[in-house]
Amino acid sequence: MLEAIGVGSLEALFASVPHKHRLQGALAVPAAASEQELLAELSALAARNTHHASHDWFLGAGCYAHFIPSAVDAIASRSEFYTAYTPYQAEISQGTLQAIFEWQTMICGLTGLEVSNASMYDGASAAAEAALMAMRITRRTKVVLADSVHPHYREVIQTYLDGLESQIVAAPRAPDGRTAPLAGLVDAETACVVLQQPNFWGSLEDVAAAADAARAHGAKLVVVVSEALSLALLRPPGALGADIVCGEAQSFGVPIGIGGPNLGFMATRAAFVRNLPGRLVGQTVDTEGRRGFVLTLSTREQHIRRERATSNICTNQGLCLLMATVYLSLLGRVGLRKLAERNLAKAEYAKARVRATPGLTLPFAAPTFNEFTVGVRGDAQAALGRALEAGIVGGLDLAPHAPELGPTVLVCATELATRDAIDRLVSALAGGRR
Amino acid sequence: MADYEIPDDLAFTHEDEWVRREGNNLVVGVTDFAQQQLGDIVYVELPPIGSLVSKGDPFGVIESVKAVSDLYAPVSGEVVDVNSDLAEHPEAVNEDCYGDGWMISIAITSEDELESLMDVPAYRQHVDDRSD
Repeated sequence: MLEAIGVGSLEALFASVPHKHRLQGALAVPAAASEQELLAELSALAARNTHHASHDWFLGAGCYAHFIPSAVDAIASRSEFYTAYTPYQAEISQGTLQAIFEWQTMICGLTGLEVSNASMYDGASAAAEAALMAMRITRRTKVVLADSVHPHYREVIQTYLDGLESQIVAAPRAPDGRTAPLAGLVDAETACVVLQQPNFWGSLEDVAAAADAARAHGAKLVVVVSEALSLALLRPPGALGADIVCGEAQSFGVPIGIGGPNLGFMATRAAFVRNLPGRLVGQTVDTEGRRGFVLTLSTREQHIRRERATSNICTNQGLCLLMATVYLSLLGRVGLRKLAERNLAKAEYAKARVRATPGLTLPFAAPTFNEFTVGVRGDAQAALGRALEAGIVGGLDLAPHAPELGPTVLVCATELATRDAIDRLVSALAGGRR
Repeated sequence: MADYEIPDDLAFTHEDEWVRREGNNLVVGVTDFAQQQLGDIVYVELPPIGSLVSKGDPFGVIESVKAVSDLYAPVSGEVVDVNSDLAEHPEAVNEDCYGDGWMISIAITSEDELESLMDVPAYRQHVDDRSD
């Protein structure tokens, strides 16, 4: 290589770096390890993690532990899919494009809306992009953002709006755990109301009432979903009047990982399609009349529209989308609903045990799906510590997010939760013996 | 050299818009030269009725299969009418750019602004300068 580029030595490549700035001596890097030594070292590091295979897992709050069938990985890791690049050239990308089109179709079915994009990075950025989209459609600058939207999502929305002419109005929580009625907060300057369903506390919001409140002033309703499985059981937000439904689809066959990579989704009414950010796959026919798929409406995107594009996103979560699409097609509509019902049943059992246990309360009266807020006695950290000692990750300490509630924990019970684990969790949180 | 239709009852802008005076309003569209350069039009984004536009500023966007271009206001004023048929039939801009392909109508606020518009010979020269 040195000979090929006409350089005498490796040293000569660094000739422009002054001697006084060069490292003297060897790099402080350990000697090369064998594959066996390396695996042992990495396994030891990994063993320090607490994860849902090592512990009973009741932590949700935006990242959900669900069972992922082996077929998902087996299909997604096929090299035809796994090594494929972005489907810019339709002729050689029909597999990828069809998978995305199937995803878009399923998201439309789940959300009750007419058009979906090819995915976003994650729920938080999808929520932020949805707010921007509503601002573009209405040409207004005010966003009514429910306090009951995930705190990380709210921070990201604030970040995206920072620097734009915009105003965020907070919609407070009501005593039952839902967002308080919005009348009075929405006006002629409001671009959208942003609500999460189920909300951060686990409570089910009144989407239809929020849609009415928004529409009364010509504002749009954005419904953000962080537990996508809820869409299989609740009435589709689009059918209830939501104009944009977006959020996190990690629950559909995407591992928790390291809190990512995630899978954002966004769907809207056909009338707003040109304001949608992200990629869009369309179905068409080729010159011989055969069905084919292509990226379409690309003039929304920044490589054509530049600073007036709908977003600066120029990608999608292709691999995670593929896993989710495989997962959804394996479960099917009926299977997904049954899974959601099982989640609800587990959570309702857990709530019943909480109600029956002295020292524990359910502070919010609104109905829930698979996640709910539990009031503990004394100290939430101590309660979660007791659970951890019993091999249980008990949930999220809500003190940083809602100190006014006193010691509370956000608990999520998915299909992975056994009755025994729930009983032990409740006992640990209460501090008593079983 | 291609033949570009330039009706003699219109005035023109440097950005290839045409204007036709109707009472106190100015009807605006893009010229035959523009639609030929753009190619098949797939979408036209127009402002809502009641918007205020400023001379020289973009009032909308025209999209063809190969390009996206801004549409520029020839005068300042309020948009009093918009051709809503273009939403369903953007091809009208290719087929009849001076008739069914009209885009917006602006209520004139300043007669002075009309003076900088080009007449037919000036616009024909402007087209010739850019044609091969």
